[in-house]
Amino acid sequence: MIHLHGVHKTYAGAQPLHVLKGIDLDIAEGELVSIMGASGSGKSTLLNILGILDDYDEGEYRLAGTLIKGLSETRAAEYRNRMIGFIFQSFNLIGFKTAVENVELPLFYQGVSRRKRHQMAMEELEKMGLTDWATHYPNEMSGGQRQRVAIARALVTRPQIILADEPTGALDSKTGVDVMELLKRLNREEKITMIIVTHDPNVASQTNRIIRIKDGVIEG
Amino acid sequence: MIDLDSFHELLETLLRNKTRSFLTGFGVFWGVFMLVALMGGGAGMKELLNNNFEGFATNSAMIWEQPTTKPYHGFRKGRYWNLTTSDVERLHQQVPQLDVISPMASKWGVQAVHDDHKFNGNVKGLLPEYAKVEAPKLYYGRFINDMDIAQQRKVCVIGKKVYKTLFPKGGDPCGQFIRLDSVYYSVVGVDYGGGNMNINGSAEESISIPLSLMQRAFNMGENIEMIAITAMRGVAISDITPRIREVIARPHDIDPTDEKAVMVFNTEVLFGLLDSLFEGVDLLIWLVGIGTLLAGAIGVSNIMMVTVKERTTEIGIRRAIGATPRVILVQIISESILLTTVAGMSGILFAVLILQMLELGFTEDGIVQSHFQVSFWTAIGAAALLAALGILAGLAPAGRAMAIKPVDAMREE
Repeated sequence: MIHLHGVHKTYAGAQPLHVLKGIDLDIAEGELVSIMGASGSGKSTLLNILGILDDYDEGEYRLAGTLIKGLSETRAAEYRNRMIGFIFQSFNLIGFKTAVENVELPLFYQGVSRRKRHQMAMEELEKMGLTDWATHYPNEMSGGQRQRVAIARALVTRPQIILADEPTGALDSKTGVDVMELLKRLNREEKITMIIVTHDPNVASQTNRIIRIKDGVIEG
Repeated sequence: MIDLDSFHELLETLLRNKTRSFLTGFGVFWGVFMLVALMGGGAGMKELLNNNFEGFATNSAMIWEQPTTKPYHGFRKGRYWNLTTSDVERLHQQVPQLDVISPMASKWGVQAVHDDHKFNGNVKGLLPEYAKVEAPKLYYGRFINDMDIAQQRKVCVIGKKVYKTLFPKGGDPCGQFIRLDSVYYSVVGVDYGGGNMNINGSAEESISIPLSLMQRAFNMGENIEMIAITAMRGVAISDITPRIREVIARPHDIDPTDEKAVMVFNTEVLFGLLDSLFEGVDLLIWLVGIGTLLAGAIGVSNIMMVTVKERTTEIGIRRAIGATPRVILVQIISESILLTTVAGMSGILFAVLILQMLELGFTEDGIVQSHFQVSFWTAIGAAALLAALGILAGLAPAGRAMAIKPVDAMREE
């Protein structure tokens, strides 16, 4: 599903920063992996590259067989929309939209009709057990509920991979466990490839595979 | 990309900050209001001022007598003299460039009486041709005609004020008689010509009768007071003024260079002055109007900049979940266009309303005195200008919004 080979990334500036120094990584379909590393290790950069949020300088990255390199902003946006679902630490829901509107948003950018996307979004919310909260705004919900809305939003486009950046980072431990259970269930039942970036060993230990990154290279 | 959904999005974003949207829009509203109202107001004022010269031939001049200021042929300066009917003949024969030559006599402070109503006006003795110099605006009846002159009919055309005073009940006064001194005259017309160019007293307060009749009735002999002339098409009055003066001066033993004695008042100069004045006013209107509008548009641009800055995270999220840069561009520019056009349209509407009220205020007896209202196409033009300004105002903020990378949004946290 994901194939990285010799990926390098340097941030230009007064003092060029060589962040990724040759990453080789393969993730198969349906895998649940976690990426761990200290801050400054390059794990966020790696996530950005995996999520097509940022470009890389050298090497190659194939996502579901498609070479992702030097894409135009428009193509990148399109691939992100169709292939990748994002889950962020701070949920990143749009505050002035209701839960269901937030879930609908990726479909809106795909040009799905109003009725169809509303129906799809409601289905997704139902799976998360949030049917009753569909018309609530994010600030009327608990952290766990917000994260579940964000997960619904990530899933609604049926992406090939889910990228989760510290999904439990902003949640209390009990809710964090619930969210992890949910992600694991989704991986198990819907066979969605899932990559979780975290520095919480408890979270990492629940995944099939742990990728440790240090100083821009993958350890062991 | 502009469908119902996108429109809904736009409205939502603009309504989320009602006060800010309103205040921003107000700048544009005021700018358009100023531009349209000034344009209409300027045109209206111009027409009002032009009304003062209404009906006046633009290539005309008035000739009248004044005491001489130069000694000539043994006469001392300061001598009084009189224009006579023969001067008219001489002008006809010796200045072929002239079209209409219409002599007139006048007498001030004549009491006109009808029933028990009295009016102190001035009597003008005219020929039918005078209508070509100062066109009458006949509300009732007709002007003095050739038959009146030939048959020395005792008829008169009365001005608006005279009519209103002598016939307070209104209605058509034609055929009724009014008395001037001891002679009765039949009213044949009512002249509403309201120009403020007072040739021998304003038209409103005048009673016009045939010239030959006047010379007899008021014991004037051959004397006339003034000669109104218009030049042939393509002839400038100023070019033939010396010739006119010479023709009139010589038989009266006046120095042909005595510009005071034979006064030739050229309306052409006046009209030229007025035209250049209004060109200046027009320029000012455009400068102020466009300036205010631009200030409004810059205000919109400015606020949109702030909005974009504020929405960095939101735009980043949208980009992360699949909004293309084009979508963001369209959204920001649409917001800007919507804001400017809605505010601008209200401005146009308000200006049109005010102008309509002005126009109504300047309407008398159902006659519109001045058209303040802007034309339909001016309004369309203003609307098009607004849309263009909306796009321009949205460009810079949209550029900034497009530069937002999804990564920035997350870094903002």
